[in-house]
Amino acid sequence: MPIVYIDDKEVHLQQHERLNGIQAAARAGVQIPYYCWHPGLSVVASCRMCLVECGKRDPQTGQISMLPKLVPACQTPATDGTVFLTNSDRVREARAMVEEDLLLRHPIDCPICDKAGECRLQDYHFLHGRGQRRADIKPFTSRKRSLGPTITLFVDRCIMCSRCVRFCREIAGTSELMVVNRGAHEEIDVFPGFPLSNKLAGNVVDLCPVGALADKDFLYRQRVWYLKSHPHVCAGCSTGCSIYVDQNQDRIWRLRPRENPHVNQWWMCDEGRYGWKYVHDPNRITAPCRRQEGQLKCIDWDTVWADLETQLPSVGGWTAVLSPFQTVEEAYLLAELVRSVDPDATIAVGPIPSQGRDERFPNGFTIRAEKCPNRIGVQTLAGQLQGELLSWEELKSRWKSQPPEGGLWIAGGYPASPWQSDDVEVARRARLLVVQELFPSALGAVADYRLPAAAFVEREGSYVNVHHRLQVFQWAIRPPRGVYHDGHIYWKLLGRPGLYRSAPVLQEVAERFLAFAAAKGEIPDVGVDLRIVQLAEPAETVMTSINSA
Amino acid sequence: MQENDPNIRWVDESPLSARERLYLPLFFEGLTTTLRHLGRSLAGKVVTVSYPDQEPKIDAPLIYRGVHRLNRDEQGRVKCVACFLCATACPAHCIDIVAAESPWPDREKYPESFTIDELRCIYCGMCEEACPVDAIELTSLYNLTGRSREEMIFDKEKLLSVYDQTKDKEPMRSQRQSTGSYAAEHNRK
Ligand code: SF4
Ligand code: FES
Repeated sequence: MPIVYIDDKEVHLQQHERLNGIQAAARAGVQIPYYCWHPGLSVVASCRMCLVECGKRDPQTGQISMLPKLVPACQTPATDGTVFLTNSDRVREARAMVEEDLLLRHPIDCPICDKAGECRLQDYHFLHGRGQRRADIKPFTSRKRSLGPTITLFVDRCIMCSRCVRFCREIAGTSELMVVNRGAHEEIDVFPGFPLSNKLAGNVVDLCPVGALADKDFLYRQRVWYLKSHPHVCAGCSTGCSIYVDQNQDRIWRLRPRENPHVNQWWMCDEGRYGWKYVHDPNRITAPCRRQEGQLKCIDWDTVWADLETQLPSVGGWTAVLSPFQTVEEAYLLAELVRSVDPDATIAVGPIPSQGRDERFPNGFTIRAEKCPNRIGVQTLAGQLQGELLSWEELKSRWKSQPPEGGLWIAGGYPASPWQSDDVEVARRARLLVVQELFPSALGAVADYRLPAAAFVEREGSYVNVHHRLQVFQWAIRPPRGVYHDGHIYWKLLGRPGLYRSAPVLQEVAERFLAFAAAKGEIPDVGVDLRIVQLAEPAETVMTSINSA
Repeated sequence: MQENDPNIRWVDESPLSARERLYLPLFFEGLTTTLRHLGRSLAGKVVTVSYPDQEPKIDAPLIYRGVHRLNRDEQGRVKCVACFLCATACPAHCIDIVAAESPWPDREKYPESFTIDELRCIYCGMCEEACPVDAIELTSLYNLTGRSREEMIFDKEKLLSVYDQTKDKEPMRSQRQSTGSYAAEHNRK
């Protein structure tokens, strides 16, 4: 087993692991500062912030021979017997020099820079820089220019790490950004007439270690230390990127990708990044309504609870339409709810919104055409509960020939209404129609009860992405006043004790259905692959469990 | 800031002497101040002021912490760069800033709106300490009244007008000798 020596610590690597000095040191809990290196991009070793002393230990004699010069840790492979000194006087002096050099051309306008607070240049200066500036350069205002519809470049703040340039070449494959001029005059720019407008452009802002690249959508809005980050899952498409929701006082300010090697690596697309605006739309439904004398009238929640408690059992013949925007837990509770009043209730899955074609980028990142986060989750659940999967189209054609007898609960929650006129017509044939939705739509207008729905950032539970990976998350912001998330509504109507919490519900689901068995116990941040257990089980058990469900 | 910064002088808290630890001597030393004031008032030299009939005299207007003002630069524009440092420093959360791109070529960011809830403010002066550009300052205006809560929420215009009112009597910090020496001088008096 290869052994790498970091200062006075030993790190044991796996046999075929290929790590560089920075990664090996991180294993030992030692942080080597770096700007230009990024695990997802090629190595250029241009910033020289990661310089360390390096040597080799002879396995026979145990003698260590050091290289005379400092080497960049990002570019030095950690192989058996490699020795890294990360905190010697020479190394510290080198870091202070790099910092000093970078600050020579930097405006030091931290008070008005949006990156302040999460800026590497700032952090490393406090950790590795000199206490005092020796050059007598006054702080100045950075030049700035627009690089594309969403990105602004603050030219003088750039430290020329070229991460952004490499991202556009290697990940997005569009190569809009380039370095112009030479030496101290180097600048990032785009070619005239070819703005930075690819669908992954927003990532360069997260990549930029300093405040040079700014997101026009976020620029000047908030200071980063006001924001609280919540791990979540993007609901933009069925890729289900792991994200952080940055929120201040129940208002979202930005979404950022969260590293997940199984889903999105370090990236997310701009559609998802800016796709949260509807959450704060003032037109959202924020009160439950009941049909009275042919009109929808707003009522309070106490009336809703009392009404539905009596009406749910009396109507009978229920059908629940799960929504691909619901979490697995919420969908399960809705199914439980209708089954509790009608054991033969039908469980169907609502329309699956889709737009365009899948878009695949050179490194494999894919924006899916399917614009909902949890189709697989609710379909698997519905399939397991029902024995067969019933789609909205099938349900509709069934009802066209044979009008339904009982109640219909449609858990909408679609950011854009997916309902066509014949959907509305068919749904209205139900004896009691309950619709949950975010925005007033034609379907909600004909409902007997129209309940407000929660947006994805307000939900808690788990989404299953297109590759059957289940990721759990908690709510990031509270829903607007008057809105309850689905989990709360079903929990309350089911008469379960206490408050809705998603984790125990998921355990219940995992216990009951083999397809979710992988979700038993703690779920790691990167989620679990639901197919693992299915593949491991012999085929017969899977079949019997599906049949018995 | 690094611990080995030459500008930082580290001092240890001095240990209590035997007299200080006994407590009573210091207690009576403190009482003498009260007794001195009592003696003076009994002798007819009243030290309290009957406000509002009588206006109090502010001895050190430059370090007094009254109503805020927003300073203007040489061109009469608001000096504030909307960095939010005062709002961050404010323990009462009474400052609310909305930042935007500045309309001037030589400045990047400016406060589109800047409001202070003067009722919520505790007049601690943290905001003026935090400000990197000397844009917000506390003046010596102490008699702040209003008929409604809304009236007491000062917006940018109002805060700038306070500057216009007070700028002659109380120059900006950056345009006067250091407040430190002023305070020292005042203490000597
Ligand atoms: S703009 Fe940012 S990411 Fe691009 S080279 Fe400059 S510092 Fe690096
Ligand atoms: S991170 Fe190694 S040289 Fe930049």
